[in-house]
Order: sequence, then C-alpha cells, then structure tokens
Amino acid sequence: MNFSVNGHDTYCYTGGKTFDATKPTVIFIHGVLNDHSVWILQTRYLAHHGYNVLAVDLPGHCRSAGAPPASVEEAADFVIALMAVAGLAKAALVGHSFGSLVALEAAARAGAQVSHLVLVGTAFPMKVSPVLLERSLSQPLGAIDMVNTFSHSTLAPPPSALGPGSWLYGGARALMRRVLASNPAVNLFHAGFRACDDYRNASVAMAQVQAPTLFILGRHDQMTPAKAAQSLINQAAQAQVVQLDGGHQLMTETPDAVLFAIRDFLRR
Amino acid sequence: MPGYFDPGFDTLALHAGAAPDAATGARAVPIYLSTSFVFESSDHAAALFNLERAGHVYSRISNPTNAVLEQRVSALEGGIGAISVASGQAALHLAVATLMGSGAHIVASTALYGGSQNLLHYTLRRFGIETSFVKPGDIDGWRAAVRPNTKLFFGETVGNPALEVLDIPTVSTIAHEAGVPLLVDSTLTTPWLIQPFEHGADLVYHSATKFLSGHGTVIGGIVVDGGSFDWDKSGKFPELTTPYDGFHNMVFSEESSVGAFLLRARREGLRDFGACLSPHSAWLILQGIETLSLRMARHMSNTHKVVEFLSSQPLVARVGHPMLAGHPSHALAQKLLPRGAGSVFSFDLQGSREQGKQFVEGLKLFSHLANVGDCRSLVIHPASTTHFRMSDEALAAGGITQGTIRLSIGLEEPDDLIDDLKRALKIAGKAA
Repeated sequence: MNFSVNGHDTYCYTGGKTFDATKPTVIFIHGVLNDHSVWILQTRYLAHHGYNVLAVDLPGHCRSAGAPPASVEEAADFVIALMAVAGLAKAALVGHSFGSLVALEAAARAGAQVSHLVLVGTAFPMKVSPVLLERSLSQPLGAIDMVNTFSHSTLAPPPSALGPGSWLYGGARALMRRVLASNPAVNLFHAGFRACDDYRNASVAMAQVQAPTLFILGRHDQMTPAKAAQSLINQAAQAQVVQLDGGHQLMTETPDAVLFAIRDFLRR
Repeated sequence: MPGYFDPGFDTLALHAGAAPDAATGARAVPIYLSTSFVFESSDHAAALFNLERAGHVYSRISNPTNAVLEQRVSALEGGIGAISVASGQAALHLAVATLMGSGAHIVASTALYGGSQNLLHYTLRRFGIETSFVKPGDIDGWRAAVRPNTKLFFGETVGNPALEVLDIPTVSTIAHEAGVPLLVDSTLTTPWLIQPFEHGADLVYHSATKFLSGHGTVIGGIVVDGGSFDWDKSGKFPELTTPYDGFHNMVFSEESSVGAFLLRARREGLRDFGACLSPHSAWLILQGIETLSLRMARHMSNTHKVVEFLSSQPLVARVGHPMLAGHPSHALAQKLLPRGAGSVFSFDLQGSREQGKQFVEGLKLFSHLANVGDCRSLVIHPASTTHFRMSDEALAAGGITQGTIRLSIGLEEPDDLIDDLKRALKIAGKAA
C-alpha cells in the first residue's frame, strides 16, 4: 500500500493483509541497495499472525518516490513521519544493517512511541572502507559483487525467499542491481554507504532508547561482525542477543530463525 | 563455510546448494524419494501453504534433492533461482504458460529443436498463442515481428542443427525495447560455454537430458531466472504484477522484486500442470553436473579434431560448425563462445540420400539415435527424425537439407572417432 509521507508516495508491503491500525504494528526498514522484499519471510508470517506489518521502500528506492535520505538521521525522521501518517501511536521497529541504524535513531527520537526495537546485522561504528566507498561510485556493479560475496556465508542455504531452489547469491545481486537502477538521479549505493560511514550518534541514541532491544547477529557476518555490535549491546538498557549461523543477509540465509527471534521478542 | 568465499565455476558445480547431510553426515546429495513432508504443526502447514515460510510440502511443487539441482544450475548460470521439471520441453512450456495466455504472441528464432518449433507453431497456436519465426541473424526481422501483444522473444544459443549463434546482446536489446524478456535455450552450450544472462538474456532453460546430465540416462529440464527483467516497468505482465485469484490474491512482483516469475511458475505451473521432475532424475543430473567442466572440455577438444577431419574429406560438401571461418556465425561465436560453440553439429554428404543412409549404418562407435549431449558419440538424420514434421521450407529456414547428418561428439578417444568416420565415409563412397 502507499502512504503520502512528506508529500511523496511511499510504498509499504503489508504481507498480503489489509492494513489495520488497531493491530500492533511492526515497521521493517531495509539496508543499502535493498527494498521491502528482503523481509518477505518474516513479514508475511507476522501479517497472518495478528500484526500489522509495514515493510517500507525507503524514499527514492524502487516503489517509493522522494529524495533518498542522505543520513541516518534524515531516514529516522522519515520513519517517524511514516508512523504519523499511518496513524500509529506505537510501533515496533525492525531494521537491517543501514536500516538498523535508522531504526535505532528513530527509536531514540520517538521515545515511548516505539514498543520494541530489533537490530539485525548491526554494528557501530558502521564504517565503510574508503576503497568500497569509492568503488560504489566508480564501479558500482563490481562493488555489488564484492558486497554480495561478503554478505553471504553458505553455498547451501535452506529454502528461502523464492521457496526451494532459491540461489541467494544471485537473488541478492539481482536485487541490488535493481535497486541501484531504480533511481537514476542518485547513486543509492554510495549514498547509503556514506550515510552508514558518517553516522556518529549511535551510542547517544542507544542510551535514549526506552524500548527493549533485540540484537540478531550472524556468527559468520563479514560485513557487520557480531563483535562489532558489542558496544551497543553494552549500552542498551534492555538488551537481548540472538546469534545465528549465518552471514549478513540473515533474513534470507536463516529465515525461520530470524522470524522466530522477532516473533518471540514481540510477545514480550 | 564461514569466511571470505568467492567460489569459481568448478567449485560451484560440486558444492552449490549442497552440504553434508545434517541428519546422517552423507556427503553426496541424498535422494529424497518422498512424495510429501511432515508438518511440524498446523500453524507450520498453513504457513507453508501461504508462503509465509519456505519449505517442502509435496514433491510435485518442490523436493530437497531437486532444490539442490535448482540452486546448482542457478549458481552456474548466474541466476536467482530455478525450477526443475520433467523435460526440456516441460521447461519451455512452463516459461511460456507462466508469462502469457490466449491472445499473446511470441517472436522466435527459426533455428529451433523440432519439438520446440512444433510446440510454438502448432500446439500453442491451438491455445491462442501465436508465434512469428525470424531467422536468428535477421536483426531487423526480430524488430519488425514485434506486435502490441508480443510477450516473449525466444531462441537457442546455437540454433539446432546448423549452429547459427544467437546474437544475444542485440536480440535482448530489441526485446527489452519492446518491453518483453528474452528466453534462451542453452541446452547445447551449457553454462560452461556461455552464460546467457551475462549477455542480456532474462530466462534460460536446458534440456538437462543432454550435457548437464551427460550420460544419456535421464530425461529432465530446468528453467532459470536471471532476475534482471523488470515486470512492473514493462507493464505487459499482469500475470505477475496484479493480484492472482488462483493464489491468495498474491501480487508476485510485490512479494519478490526480482523473482516474480519463479514464484508464479512454481505456485501455478508446477501445481496445475504438474510436469515435475523425479528426485531420482534430479540426482542423476546432479551427478553429471559435478563433472560438467571436465566433460565439456573433452567434448570440445574432440569436436575440434573431428571437424578438422571432416572438413578435409572430399565426400563432405559442408561442415556446419562455427569454429570454421566459413561458417556464417564464426565471428559471433568467437565473441560470445570463446570456449567453443558446442559439440553437436551437422555436415552435408555429397551424393544421394542412399549414400547418407549407408554412412549412418556404416558407423560402429557412433550410435544412431535421437539424442545429443551423451558421453558417447551419436549420429542422426534430422530430416527423417527430429525435424520430420517440418515442411521443406521450414527445414530450409533452419539450415537443414535432405542430406544433412547431425553428429554429437562424445568423450571417446578422438582417433577412434575419426577411424569410425573414415570407415563410414568409405562405405558411403562405394555406394555411389
């Protein structure tokens, strides 16, 4: 479904169910060069088990109009604006990678409006190597292949987003290429990585978060190694940590485990 | 497999989609000969049926052994996923039936396997899907054949049996300008010789019966999605971009931004048409794929020697392999198929039809049968077998004459193959 946020059409996947503001709501925020579809195997289930889900395409990405957020803080303001437009007095926020920083910053700013915070594949600082930053601009397709390789940890994943027969390396690469092509005006790859690299406020934000926080981390994550989340874990007032046998793309490499971790956490 | 890992083709051919079996430790891929799979709970069952969770329900729709094959071929092709089916023809039908219905139109190459030509020209026409045929090298013809209701471009990487190489970069560009995908049959080339997605194709299928399995033991097919075609942007595929009553009103392109085709093909095509692959057949194909690189290298080196031999024989009027400078596709093959244009090719004998018959019957190592891509060398007379339903005009359009002989070069000692051909040519010569 579409909302008008800051004057721009904003697409949110609702998991095959009609949006109902009276249900508890979970907002899913994707990472760099991803879109709503990376959450299919978590959102569709929750939507059919009593939750409203809004898996957003961030502004300027794929189905959503507007300028892509130039910073984590700008993206966080967008999420809060989305909550207002959707009439949500309260929502859980789930973010992956760059999206986890957005969820964290939004949770800090929204205070009691955020019921639960879930950070998947997170780290702070989320530094991006100068070489990768430069290549995301000068050789984006090559850089996509590099990131894709570092984002996966297995050649034998379980049935995933497309069901059995999904090849996750290929699916993630095709999605990143699609998202990059969706905005000819802005290099979403470079803009997203720059926003990750520039973000400095995570420690302050974590201390301000009022909601319980779940960290879902991949034991084999080479993009945001599990240990790189430790400083945030230490600062979180109500932290719960789940480590899974996967890489950075946990939602597709370990779809059930991510789903169950979120489902059980939301029941708290 | 934690840590940096960027596996190459040969590693993927052995490992993609499979790890040692968690339950038993079995190193080879187990054959899951089970029609169905136990649900953990009623909630699990409902979630699987509703695509809330991924997993196996019933082997017509998916199976763990087949899933390994699908992941492996996807990996080798550079695709996002695949669906294995009962034959190459089932793969072609699944692709077409997923993308269109009555009233649609296809633009296809004239240089097709006879069964594919028959499906398009006769059978699909009966169901309201028309096809315009264009010579693969007639670039203006591809563009001119597009109609408002065109939904698909289709060709073979190297056309059967004259080995006209499809100019995938150019034809795919024309297809994309028309807002439709290019489907490519890569059976004769395999991903070892060409990866069509890298050149602009959107969907690839194989008759896995041939080189992928490689041993003449199994019938199977597989269709792979490159994930590159934007169905929403095209606007010509409501089958994938609008709610589908037949499956929970799902909008497949919303569920997956890149995998809408595969979602519908499995949830509708396999469910309703039912052309599923036996897990045992999938396992046999996997066994073949594990040695694909080794076999294809030998197929190509043997082919090189046989083509050179035949080219020097006075009784041979023409050898139709793109490795030869005189072949119409020589330059294109060098560009798109640097490892070679396959080991299935045709040649024309000088002389009568009877001499052709004597030649085929004079061969001892080459087996006279209707298949290609076996580890054993094969021979057939297309005009009277694989292409017998086609008119003379259609045969000529496909580069086939009454005297055309098709060979599929196997893995035997190349000198033995050449001796066999020498003997048969001698018999054919005496029959003049």
